[in-house]
Amino acid sequence: MLAIKNLHASISQPILRGINLTINPGEVHAIMGPNGSGKSTLSNVLAGREEYQVTDGEVQLNGKDLLSMQPEERAAQGLFLAFQYPVEIPGVNNMYFLKAAVNSIRKQRNLSPLDAVDFIQLIKSKIKEIGFDESFLHRAVNEGFSGGEKKRNEVLQMMMLEPHLAILDETDSGLDIDALQMVAKGVNSLRDGKRSFLVVTHYQRLLNYIVPDVVHVMVQGKIIKSGGKELALELEEKGYGWLEGNP
Amino acid sequence: MANQYIKEVVNQTYQYGFVTAIESDAIAPGLSEEVVREISRRKDEPEFLLAWRLKAYQHWLTLSPPEWAKVKYPKIDYQKIIYYSAPKSKKDGPKSLEDVDPKLLETYAKLGIPLHERAKLAGVAVDAVFDSVSVATTFKEKLSEAGVIFCSFSDAVKNHPELIQKYLGTVVPYRDNYFAALNSAVFSDGSFVYIPKGVRCPMELSTYFRINAANTGQFERTLIIADDDSYVSYLEGCTAPMRDENQLHAAVVELIALEKAQIKYSTVQNWYPGDEEGRGGIYNFVTKRGACRGKHSKISWTQIETGSAITWKYPSVVLQGDHSVGEFYSVALTNHYQQADTGTKMIHIGKNTRSTIISKGISAGRGQNTYRGLVRMLPTAARARNYTQCDSLLLSQTCGAHTFPTIDVKNATAQVEHEASTSKIGDDQLFYCKQRGISAEDAVSMIVNGFCKQVFKELPMEFAVEAQKLLEVSLEGSVG
Repeated sequence: MLAIKNLHASISQPILRGINLTINPGEVHAIMGPNGSGKSTLSNVLAGREEYQVTDGEVQLNGKDLLSMQPEERAAQGLFLAFQYPVEIPGVNNMYFLKAAVNSIRKQRNLSPLDAVDFIQLIKSKIKEIGFDESFLHRAVNEGFSGGEKKRNEVLQMMMLEPHLAILDETDSGLDIDALQMVAKGVNSLRDGKRSFLVVTHYQRLLNYIVPDVVHVMVQGKIIKSGGKELALELEEKGYGWLEGNP
Repeated sequence: MANQYIKEVVNQTYQYGFVTAIESDAIAPGLSEEVVREISRRKDEPEFLLAWRLKAYQHWLTLSPPEWAKVKYPKIDYQKIIYYSAPKSKKDGPKSLEDVDPKLLETYAKLGIPLHERAKLAGVAVDAVFDSVSVATTFKEKLSEAGVIFCSFSDAVKNHPELIQKYLGTVVPYRDNYFAALNSAVFSDGSFVYIPKGVRCPMELSTYFRINAANTGQFERTLIIADDDSYVSYLEGCTAPMRDENQLHAAVVELIALEKAQIKYSTVQNWYPGDEEGRGGIYNFVTKRGACRGKHSKISWTQIETGSAITWKYPSVVLQGDHSVGEFYSVALTNHYQQADTGTKMIHIGKNTRSTIISKGISAGRGQNTYRGLVRMLPTAARARNYTQCDSLLLSQTCGAHTFPTIDVKNATAQVEHEASTSKIGDDQLFYCKQRGISAEDAVSMIVNGFCKQVFKELPMEFAVEAQKLLEVSLEGSVG
């Protein structure tokens, strides 16, 4: 699914210093690490944010060269980023935005656009799963949403766009336990043995609900340790200092 | 990143820039008392109108062009302008659609004006003003059944001189300002609407203005009177060919709403804006004002201003009747070297009068966008209220947004609210849309449309679609 080889990236100064990571279809990988370790940078570089310069390495998504693609092409190839800070777009109806997104991805995949009726049926079934009421669809994208609503909206978008690889960038930050469970439920509903996930988080808490296959620890732009889900528990107990002196 | 995309998508081409080869019957360029008399003679006008024109002309001679607006342009040579140009037709003038020059009809087809059957389908009655003369008014019959008078200004002068004499210049007197005086002296045609008591006009009324001939100024005049308990929605659209020289458009629009009457006036202004270097384009110096004379009357202005090299216009409402309501909804887009100085005046005289101002300015390229507003509460305006919201969206480093609100309150029970914001399309918003698979140009267009939404929703349906299309052309992308 995703193969990252020796990825280096910088934004005014080097941040990623040689990331190697392979995610197979159906796997859930978690990346943990202290503040400033480069976790969010990795998410943004994979999604194609232009402020970040890739200085070395390569990334393949389903065998295709990811780094040469525009962000919207990456989305069409099935890469989805759930933002740490979802962006507000005043005046743009949430449902309209979702329909534009779904149909532009369908267009790039040479599929016919969903008409209004099909789209509304689809979205109504999804918002139930995520615990939103319909009024939510008629509000402007993320405008005036609470932190929890914004994150749930990210998961709703993910459910609508059905990506091959979903990256969750600190999706748990700012969520209370109920919202966290709701978000995790949405994510888990998408686990189908083929779809892969990269879950970036600061805390082990989220991983109680979205149980990873592999846990990686990132420090100073490198993955210094990988292991099973029990690694997350160990980190929670001992802190990152335990690993930092001992790469 | 944002700038680069915006540059790409904002560079529109003007699709209405064609010229129609039609013989026209014009008076030689230049302005003098004789020209004013000649215009009046050709139009076979009654004495009172000629006298009024001459007074306006004499007054205009004493004035100098206004300099307070935040726009720059070379001095206009008023002696080089042609003040009267009418398409020449085989007979004296078109009596019906069949008599209209087919080339003209073709022009309207290119403009997408629903003149023939399309008009019927759309339920729109169109009065089309080409250069200076009104060429065809559709649906006169259906309207006259309802007692509605909708005709060219010239026809109204011939057939309803008493209404013209009673109302002309009562909202915008010829002494009002430089361009209003000029228009009053030389106006050649325009539209006239009278809605009788208790009548809800059965269809949207629509006028299209087009300047075709070179060096021609267009000076049309619109007068709309809504009698007690009546309602009318009026739409106005404008285009012009692409020419290197500037052309002058100085119109006057007067609206009069009597007791409990409502007038909704919507404009989509897409005069030629000039090229990327700022060559050519229309100078749009327009005076629009409505008077809510009756109690509980309402006048609502909605404007989408995307064209013109220079826009100088302040559609205003004088709220005389108690409980009357004035509204102003505006989107103004300036790109390249376009300059817009636009806004409104809400003059509260009656008790419990209310007004709302929503102004959205979008600046791109080197465009300069100014909101200029006046909210005045006179001593008689007890418990009057105003709400103003004034937002600017910047799409480039070289554009500008300016606001000059004036608030003048002489009654202690009046309430005035003013909100303003300035924002730019951020890289964050663009990246967010692109990550969801939406192309940059679609994203810009979507964000701009979102910004304008409060105003678009005030437009009649078919115009809302047109307005979005216009922004689409301006910002190249899909919107729905």
